[in-house]
Amino acid sequence: MGEVQALQNTMGEVKVIGSSKSLFCTRVEWALKLKGVEYEYLEEDLLNKSTLLLQHNPVHKKVPVLVHNNKPVAESLVILEYIDETWKHNSLLPEDPHERAMARFWAKFADEKCLMGAFMAFWKEGEEKEKAIESALESFTFLEKQIQGKKFFSGDDNIGYFDLVMGWIPLWLNVMEEVGGMKLDDPQKFPSLHEWAQNFNEIPLIKDCLPPRDALVNYFNFTVNYNRSMAEAKQ
Amino acid sequence: MDEMKYSMAEEIKVFRSWSSPFALRIIWALKLKGVEFDTIYEDLTNKSPLLLQYNPIHKKVPVLVHNGKVICESLVILEYIDETWKQNPLLPEDPHQKANARFWAKFGDDKVMQSIGGGVLLKEGKEQEEGFAASMEDLKYLEEEIRGKKFFGGETIGLADIALGWLAHYLDIFEEIVGLKLIDQEKFPSLAAWKQEFTNAPIIRENWPDRDKLVTKFAAMREANLGKGTPK
Repeated sequence: MGEVQALQNTMGEVKVIGSSKSLFCTRVEWALKLKGVEYEYLEEDLLNKSTLLLQHNPVHKKVPVLVHNNKPVAESLVILEYIDETWKHNSLLPEDPHERAMARFWAKFADEKCLMGAFMAFWKEGEEKEKAIESALESFTFLEKQIQGKKFFSGDDNIGYFDLVMGWIPLWLNVMEEVGGMKLDDPQKFPSLHEWAQNFNEIPLIKDCLPPRDALVNYFNFTVNYNRSMAEAKQ
Repeated sequence: MDEMKYSMAEEIKVFRSWSSPFALRIIWALKLKGVEFDTIYEDLTNKSPLLLQYNPIHKKVPVLVHNGKVICESLVILEYIDETWKQNPLLPEDPHQKANARFWAKFGDDKVMQSIGGGVLLKEGKEQEEGFAASMEDLKYLEEEIRGKKFFGGETIGLADIALGWLAHYLDIFEEIVGLKLIDQEKFPSLAAWKQEFTNAPIIRENWPDRDKLVTKFAAMREANLGKGTPK
């Protein structure tokens, strides 16, 4: 049996319930494309969630959800590991347990501190905004150290798990900076990170999954107003 | 010439505090696998240079040091332990079941700990009411997941049990401090049964921190957070 045939047999039925503007969903698409797995993409209207989404992710009611042979997997980092374990070629995570632990540690740090930090810096205002920017810059400093001397976070010529986790930086961060009026990805402060972002975004399968920039600008314009009015309502 | 086989002595150190539920996870995992280790107790009000060197980013416990290799973040450490010592696995083989275990471990930390720890224990008045309502929602999901199972991991303790295990001991203490019942036997019968199973399981039952000390500690934490206590 040929390799392609064998792969297609193991694929089963793969669906991604997602939203094209969600960086968490794009991560999942990148992982599937890296593994050559074919999938059906079901676009969600997050203001009017489908029965399918609510059925497959009743706990969080969020995207992305991967549905493989009718079994759902939710939470983007959990999905990435599932994909890596189910389709074993073109590994996303390294073999060595300590290196795997490092990749997971950095993924958690990046999502909790860098991504959330950037998001706060994006929508907050005044003094809170300044504090959020400072905090985010501190977190980015750790990332800069991690990428120094390497082309990709994976440590070799092919992107891996942590590169995918950081993949929001070239486009999503750029849009957040524009809409939110702040700068985090400064090529002077973080030259290695900036170079990584350029290299990452050049990769064809990465580019293929990116949403159009103006759609993201609209999305973040909506988000910034939404978050600010929610914050005002609480006061 | 005869080959002489050397076995390298494994050096395994766990940095913990006496009360941290996160560090307790690591103790449980290593003991469940029969792995011997050294314990270094940290006073978190006076962190050792070694801890700060090993965990410069978060400056927290637990930290695992295995033959000089440092791992931080309890859920990351648990996966490392499971991949390094393969006896008594914490995660199942099947990728979907594995994903499920990871999902619930994450749910515990992201949601349950926030609503109960952050919302109910550390707040009062309307904020506490909101925390209580949120925790009821969260516990409902756990109730559905555990129904029909002895442990979240099935017949044996798994990753999700270890991640959620603090509920089996610390929750009673929180309930006593705030005077509210969260895992009510009538509302959450399966979860209440799991609490019993887990708290009395071998290894687990021998490693709970002193209850009275925990009550004192968390009561003080609540007071401090409500602004009534003297700040440290």
